[in-house]
Amino acid sequence: MNFKLKIWRQPNQKTAGEFHDYAASNIPAEASFLEMLDIVNEGLAEGNEDPIAFDSDCREGICGMCSLVINGIPHGPGKAKTTCQLYMRRFQDGDTIWIEPFRAAPFPVVKDLVVDRSAFDRIIESGGYITARTGSAPEANSVPIGKPIADLAMEAAACIGCGACVAACPNSSAMLFVGAKVSHLGLLPQGQPERKSRAHNMVRAMDELGFGNCTNHYECEAVCPAEINRTFISRLNREYRKAAVREAVAVTVDE
Amino acid sequence: MALATVPPTRVKRFSANPFIAFYQSSIGKKIIVAVSGLYLIFFVTGHLLGNLEIYLGQDHLNAYANLLQQLGPILWAERIILLSAVVVHIVATIQLTIENQAAKPKKYAVSKPQSSTLASRTMIYTGLLVICFVVYHLLQFTLMWTNPEYRNLHDELGRHDVYHMVILGFRQPLISLFYAAAIFFLATHLSHGFESVTQTLGINNRRIGRFISNGGRWLSWLIFAGYVSIPITILLGLIK
Amino acid sequence: MNTQLDSKVPAGALEEKWTKHRAESKLVNPNNKRKFDIIVVGSGLAGASAAASLAEMGYGVKCFCFQDSPRRAHSIAAQGGINAAKNYQNDGDSVYRLFYDTIKGGDFRSREANVYRLAEVSANIIDQCVAQGVPFAREYGGLLANRSFGGAQVSRTFYARGQTGQQLLLGAYQALAQQIAVGGVKMFPRTELLDIVIVDGHAKGIVVRDLLSGEISSHAGDTVVLATGGYGNVFYLSTNARGCNVSATYRAYKRGAFFANPCYTQIHPTCIPVGGTYQSKLTLMSESLRNDGRVWVPKNKGDNRPPSQIPDSDRDYYLERKYPSFGNLAPRDIASRSAKEVCDEGRGVGPGGLGVYLDFAEAIGRLGEKTIRERYGNLFDIYHNITGEDAYHLPMRIYPAVHYTMGGLWVDYNLMSNVPGLHVLGEANFSDHGANRLGASALMQGLADGYFVIPSTIANYLATQLGKKVSVDRPEFNATENEVRKTVAKLLSIKGKRTATSFHRELGLLLWEKCGMARSRESLQEALQKIPSLREEFWQNLNLQGGDMELNQSLEQAGRVADFLEFAELMCLDALEREESCGGHFRVEYQTKEGEAVRDDADFCHVAAWQCTGTDSKPVRNVEPLVFENVKLATRSYK
Repeated sequence: MNFKLKIWRQPNQKTAGEFHDYAASNIPAEASFLEMLDIVNEGLAEGNEDPIAFDSDCREGICGMCSLVINGIPHGPGKAKTTCQLYMRRFQDGDTIWIEPFRAAPFPVVKDLVVDRSAFDRIIESGGYITARTGSAPEANSVPIGKPIADLAMEAAACIGCGACVAACPNSSAMLFVGAKVSHLGLLPQGQPERKSRAHNMVRAMDELGFGNCTNHYECEAVCPAEINRTFISRLNREYRKAAVREAVAVTVDE
Repeated sequence: MALATVPPTRVKRFSANPFIAFYQSSIGKKIIVAVSGLYLIFFVTGHLLGNLEIYLGQDHLNAYANLLQQLGPILWAERIILLSAVVVHIVATIQLTIENQAAKPKKYAVSKPQSSTLASRTMIYTGLLVICFVVYHLLQFTLMWTNPEYRNLHDELGRHDVYHMVILGFRQPLISLFYAAAIFFLATHLSHGFESVTQTLGINNRRIGRFISNGGRWLSWLIFAGYVSIPITILLGLIK
Repeated sequence: MNTQLDSKVPAGALEEKWTKHRAESKLVNPNNKRKFDIIVVGSGLAGASAAASLAEMGYGVKCFCFQDSPRRAHSIAAQGGINAAKNYQNDGDSVYRLFYDTIKGGDFRSREANVYRLAEVSANIIDQCVAQGVPFAREYGGLLANRSFGGAQVSRTFYARGQTGQQLLLGAYQALAQQIAVGGVKMFPRTELLDIVIVDGHAKGIVVRDLLSGEISSHAGDTVVLATGGYGNVFYLSTNARGCNVSATYRAYKRGAFFANPCYTQIHPTCIPVGGTYQSKLTLMSESLRNDGRVWVPKNKGDNRPPSQIPDSDRDYYLERKYPSFGNLAPRDIASRSAKEVCDEGRGVGPGGLGVYLDFAEAIGRLGEKTIRERYGNLFDIYHNITGEDAYHLPMRIYPAVHYTMGGLWVDYNLMSNVPGLHVLGEANFSDHGANRLGASALMQGLADGYFVIPSTIANYLATQLGKKVSVDRPEFNATENEVRKTVAKLLSIKGKRTATSFHRELGLLLWEKCGMARSRESLQEALQKIPSLREEFWQNLNLQGGDMELNQSLEQAGRVADFLEFAELMCLDALEREESCGGHFRVEYQTKEGEAVRDDADFCHVAAWQCTGTDSKPVRNVEPLVFENVKLATRSYK
């Protein structure tokens, strides 16, 4: 198959970028999208041109390292998959394909299609954990957790942290990412002691890092490779509301 | 040295005062938008129910209008609350929009929305159009600056003849068209707004989600039908 | 026996060794912990759990990973689950049984004491992970669920959907994040280790490259902990992530650490086959598919008919034919080798003839499509997404692929290598899986090492290092940095014609054929002959674009391939000198008539730990004999 590619090239964070045209020729239909880019890069190197920088690692859809906005859709067309799980047979021979980096102020472009998503790490550091010193854990079965709750927590925990939600959101909101983590930990009995502070602190971190505000478009949900549900955003709103009220009336412990 | 990448860092923005901090947070601000929005939905619905009294005849409508006038301080309290809701709703959403645009400084060359609707993407515009309309609406029917002659309309009981004021107003096709357009924007705004309120207030869940979003849409277009029916019936001469 | 290979296994009964060792280990008092800086390289299960746990104890920790976030380490891709001797199912499991299964599964090529300790702490791992909020699968009553995995006769595997590795890694990552927030750990993502600094014979620091700015810098610490994973990507195609590499452990080897049993590599029989040369990755399909699928190839060479048109009489259900009692459920290595044999005979199917059919037609006929969909629906979907084929109507094509490496840097009972101060955890060390790893044991080992072993044993080294702090001002740092800079400059100056990928691909193909599922003296000698010339060509004809002071993914890759090109030789050498078949190492010369591996316990019941003697001279093969005091060496049988 042959494709016309319009790819964003940007030498570094501080230099302006632009679209460049490339031809991807003789691409096997069985190749994955990233393998197609590998082939293009081999060709560029042979012509002594700088290969296109893009992130990827596991190439099986779980590590969350690959990104790319393909024809306007983060992770490209198709539901519940990452870019590495997108295959060229999904396109028509001769298609023009636009490839852009994830766009969001808190995800600055590092080079070409590579962005810096460390803002997500900052959010997790602000409260996306359960404090449990190694060695101090009680026997695992001492706290039963009903299957529906455990399953729902697992559903939220499935987030791979790729950032497609932020990329897809017209406001670059990180609510789906934060909502998933706040829900995962807040649903479990182990997460209760830090439940309020977690929601409170993670939302603050998210705001201070420059993510936008959720206006309920649900573009995030539509592109999420882990199919994180919009209701986890609703849950986050609820958790934050309760946490903020408690902060306002300075109640830290139920008496 | 090469051009090093500057990772995003937290820029402090929260006040030590929890109430101010609440407003400064994205969710806090949206909760305020949602609560004021919900209030405005109630108002719009109530206002419609009042307007629909036109179908019960001149006496009913004028009596209703007269009753409202007689409420005095309660009416003024209501007006102040309403005005505050409108102001808060607008100020907060404008602030949110500015933040949102700053968070997305570069748009995609190709954009292909997957789940957002025209309504959801144009909330700020439909909202601003509605407020422009509200201003004209107040000037026309409440303050009667555009049409001072309305002030002289009285019914047999000496009450302000709201019934005929409405009929006179809507007999002009351009005014009616303008109203219909404004109500269309309002309904569009509400069709996304209603579900948004439940989501932002954290009421939405998987069990009621579809019901809420469909219900919100139905309600919005019912409101549209209700409001628009009045100029239409007047233009058709069904109400005289 | 080389005196440097003191395993430091404590004396006493097997069941008491770990308790006794902890009781007798040195301690570092809380005030002194603050004075120690620990460098942790890698942020997978082993690295993240170690970094978080050590920081909680009060040590100052610096943690490095090449990914953009510690959450992306390849541990995340593990699907099946994690073993633990909890005996929640009341089916007769015990620490001893998990220990025995692991030793036996490893074909009696691992150290008894280490494996027993692994089994012992396995239960604590589950407690720890549950406390962190890992959403393991549960029964309706709210208690933890288990399944039997990888042919184990007891149900001891804990799991979180098919994403157990992800959930365990996120647990460790979150613990790490918490420590980053309180300043216990300083995290360096997108930073790659390029060398280890040895000061007075001790590992005291590392040289790294900031992958974004290209800057090369040194970090000094009181000890270095490597948790950098396995070397499966030496084969180019494997189920490993693209970035997985041998560089950290190989550089350590070049600095004096012994590399143990590099020939032990594990091949998984059910992966989606290679589609063409463009392919960058092999994807694992759960082995459970073999419960209902029948494996076959055409009887005749060159039979290109579509599978549906090949009548039963022209099909060879070779596993059922060769192993009538086990049939399609023959063990991983047998199933893998048999697939290779039929493909070598020219009867393979699909592109390049490198695949065999896994046919569900019979099962669908017997159970109905609905049942099959319920059992394997998600796997059929993955297969469909990758290959575009509908396995409900066409047989799946599968082929074996490399997915784990048991070999690694040699470590003693304290997880310290022969280089003082250099600790090695997880897949990067050699210690617990012998010649073959059991399913659901990799996650267990990574977390055991990080959460429970290293926090206790590291003090045995650190307690001897009070007042011996070194800084990056020591000339050894500058010298190592200069060597690294020279290597980077050299790579960039070649300006040849072939990309690093093309060398890597060629190396991988060579190793897969000569040192893959089945190895022979001739094949290994051939590989050992070809690798040096490929390496030579690499250093003369590498095409590498871009500069050093920027994000340059080609440069990163070239550095990793350069190390693979040297490491490959070591792997083949180890495979050549281990003249027996055991676990993942199958030498065609050592097999029974039925094709079963023949171990040589008299001559090879030992760990081969290779010592680097310089770039161009043959490494020295040191030996740590394996002593089995508690188990009897047995032979596997599928009769």
